[in-house]
Parts: sequence; structure tokens; C-alpha cells
Amino acid sequence: MDERPVSLALKITAAVMFVFLLAPLLVVLPISFSGDDYMAFPPSSWSAKWYGAIFGNAAMMGAFWVSLALALVVTVLSLAIGLPAAYALVRLKPPGAEALSNLFAAPLLLPTIVLGLALLLVVAPMGLIGTFRGLVLAHLIVTLPYAVRVLSTALANLPLTVEEAAETLGAKPLTVFFRVTLPMMRSGVISTTALCFLVSFDEVVLSLFMTGPRLQTLPVAMYNHVDQQADPMVAAISVLLVVLTLAVVLVVDRTAGLSRTFVK
Amino acid sequence: MTSLAVSPSAARPLSPLGTASLLLVPIGLVNAVGFLWPVINLLKMSFREASASGALGAGYSVETWRAALTDHFTLELIANSVGVSLLITVLTLIASYPIALYLHRSTGTWRTVLMVLVVAPLLTSAVVRTYGWIAILSDRGLVANALMMLGMTDPPRLMFNLTGVIIGLTEILMPYMILALLSGFGRLDPRFEEAALTLGARPLKIFVRVVLPLTAPGMALGSLLCFVLAISSFVTPKLLGGGRVFLLATEIYDQAIVTLNWPLAAALSMIVLVVFGVSLTLYGRALRHIA
Repeated sequence: MDERPVSLALKITAAVMFVFLLAPLLVVLPISFSGDDYMAFPPSSWSAKWYGAIFGNAAMMGAFWVSLALALVVTVLSLAIGLPAAYALVRLKPPGAEALSNLFAAPLLLPTIVLGLALLLVVAPMGLIGTFRGLVLAHLIVTLPYAVRVLSTALANLPLTVEEAAETLGAKPLTVFFRVTLPMMRSGVISTTALCFLVSFDEVVLSLFMTGPRLQTLPVAMYNHVDQQADPMVAAISVLLVVLTLAVVLVVDRTAGLSRTFVK
Repeated sequence: MTSLAVSPSAARPLSPLGTASLLLVPIGLVNAVGFLWPVINLLKMSFREASASGALGAGYSVETWRAALTDHFTLELIANSVGVSLLITVLTLIASYPIALYLHRSTGTWRTVLMVLVVAPLLTSAVVRTYGWIAILSDRGLVANALMMLGMTDPPRLMFNLTGVIIGLTEILMPYMILALLSGFGRLDPRFEEAALTLGARPLKIFVRVVLPLTAPGMALGSLLCFVLAISSFVTPKLLGGGRVFLLATEIYDQAIVTLNWPLAAALSMIVLVVFGVSLTLYGRALRHIA
């Protein structure tokens, strides 16, 4: 009712800026159906051959499986490490809980280029460069802060009374956690899973420092490919990645409610 | 695991503090091994001696720092990075403000749709979006082809130079700026603008005297965020700059991976962190000034 009418000038400027914001995503779809052997926009002919080319490209397919396995392992570990941490910080409130929370969030404050270099310098002498374990460690550094944050919020928003009731009725702490607390945190756990998976699957800068010639993640393989030759295959992979991301977001929306997840 | 279930009475219950410490051990380990130790080591590394072969000398010295802070190339690198990042921040603010203001004033389903359009790029990898910009800005790209169709024979190069990096990064950072602006637009009550209108102010004057000051905190937050992200971003400057644009982040990577001069890479990283610290301090001051 008390909304100010939006002036025409603002409408037009906003529309132009929206086009600018979405331009790089909008050109990727047509290019993925290019029939050319090089990248040109607009393409001179159309075909779906680049989608087929992905499956024939051993390096890309290998990198995809590495990224998928990595994201799954990192997500499981993030939950396994993040859940106890969130429980300890929120429910048991040890002295210095605030400082610890800040410490666990701190890796996100550093630029990934600095974090990546710092990790490289300690991990290289240990022989972990180009190994799956090295990549898992690197990704955990950036997924754990999200996991602890989202899980802590989910835990803090739970009413204590139900847990107390279970305790009064004689349930052991572990039983209370697995039978009462965890089911009530369902949406928080689902969002954490989705967030950690997407962050790990998308991570490129840390991975660039940690991957070797024989072990690459998909974003690193794409980065290297674009760095050497920008052909339409990367566009086709990009379209598939966008579809994958949309699928994850839709699943989260159906199971946990998107508004509760991303807009707190 | 089973012993716990079989004889619970035999197990001595841990105190809450004991349980908390136990639960925090895994994350503490990951944080120590993957964050604390590497960062402390990074600082130490900047004081190690580098040799031409890439091997590290045994001792510690301030040589790398002295060289970095007197060398023309590094000084220019720092100045360029800060300057370019500031320019990108200003451009991002200008490009994002209309979208944020429009979003703030729209309602219902339409607003949800537009919000999704703002968040969608965030969920898309920087590699993908940078690739999209290559399709638009390269010699066979959208802009060049459009200009040639309009009759221009020799369209300007928009990639492998600073122009491309600035265009690409501005777009990549817009979602962060828009979200930061929106979070700061809470104080922008349309009644203030109506009051100004009733008192006879013209639209432009209302914008400059009422809307802009009320949204200053959001603008400060968004600018801090974008500046910090711009100076540390790597993928976009590397791909759109094509190795011809030298910025702090790309140089850190090159020194670490290509030249293997780890002490210099570490020193440059520390310089980025100092720039971060300075911008945070300036932000704090600015906020006290405008809030």
C-alpha cells in the first residue's frame, strides 16, 4: 500500500543491468549447441556434438568422477565433524565457545589464493600434492565453516523443552541426540549437505594448488581447458553443471524449504 | 560402541566440559593442520631465503621483504591491484544499485523471480561465468561480431587486457554487492521519500539527499566485500587477462607454481592480508561516520 511507484528510469536502468548480470550465463546455452570446432558467438552452425564430446573426453570424465567422489566424501566428513562441533558449541557451551566459533569460521575470511598457497607450502613436503587426501583436507577447510555455522543455527533454533522431556523420561544423552535432536534438525542437515556438496564440487582455486597432472577435479580441468583453448565443449559441461546445481537446489527446496535454507 | 550399550552403569559419565572437548577434537585437528599451522608457516616462509633453483636457504632473513618493497615491479603490482580493485568496486556499485533499489521496491512473485535471477549467478562457478565472458568479449565473440555487422572493420580488443578483466570481475561481483545493498536497505522507508516529495523536493534531490544517505551503510558493506573479493580473485583475471594482466593474486600463483619462489609468494600473500586489514579499518571508520 505504501509502496512508492517505481519510476520508468529506474525500471529501464535495472533491466539493462540485469541483462549485463545474466549475459555470460545466457550465451553459454546457445554456444553449447554450436556446430563449430572453435568458439564463436553466434555459432555458424548448430549441433549437439559437443555434448557427445564430453563423454569421449577421458580427462573430463575422469575429473568429473574425482569431483563427484571428492564432494561426497567431503560432505560426509563435514557432517561427521561439523555436527559434534555444533552440538558442543551450542548445547554444552564450553568456556571460550565464542572464540572457538570465530576460529572455525576464520578460514572463510582469508582469500582462497592465500589459503591455497599456505596449504601448498605445508602439504607439498608431506607428499600430499596430487592426492585425494590432500584435496579432501583442502576442501574441508572451506566447507566446515559453512557446516558448523548452518548446523549451529539449526540447533540454536530448536526448543530445548522436547530434549529435556526425553531426558526426564530417562533417555541417555546419545539416545536423545539421535532420536530427538537430530530429527528436529532435519532441514539444517539437508541444507548443510547441499551447501557442502556444491561448495566442494565448485571449488577451483584451492584445488588448483592441490591437484597434480594425474589427479584433477572438474573445475580445474575446465579451467585448464579454457586457459589453453576455448572451444564449445566447456559450454556443454557448464550447461550440465547448471542443471546439476538446479537439481540440488530443487531437492533442497522440496525437502527443507528453500526460503528457510538460503534466506535466514 | 557396543560396550557403551551393554554396561552403561560401568562407564563413568563425562563432565559436560569433557564431552565438549571430545566433540571438538576432530574439527580442532582439521583447523590446526589445515589452517592455523599453514598460515603461521606462510608468515615464516616470507622470511626464508630463496635461491635461483627454487630450493630454500637454511636461514631466515628480511631479504625477500626488502626486495619486494623496493622493487619497481612489485610496488607497481600492489598499486595496480589496489587501483583496479577500487575501480571494479565503484563500477560494481554503480551497476548493482539500480537492481537493488528496484528489488527493494518490488513485491510478491515478481520479486522472488528477480531474487532467484540475482542468486543464480552466485551458484554458478566463476569458471563458467568467465567462459561466458570469453564468448562475449573474444575476437569472434558477441560484441566483436555485432560491431562488425554494424560496419566496423577493426573492433577494439576487449580481452587479454585490463578491459576484459574489469568487465568480467564487475559482473562476477554484482550478486555480492546486490545482496549487501539489500541487507542495508532496511532503513529506506518509502514514507521518508513521500515526506520529501510533499515538502516539494524534486526526484533527483530526493535521491541525493534522502535515498543515498539512508543506504550508505549498505553501500559501504557491499564495497568492502567487493574490494576484498576483487583483490583476491584469481580465475577471472587469469583467464580474461590471458597472462598479460599482472595483479597480486595471479602473481602469487605464478611465483608459487611457475617460478617456485615460495618466499616471494608468501610475502605477496602477507601484503594482500595487510590490504585486507587496512580496508577493514577504513570500513569501520566510514561506518561510524555515516551510521
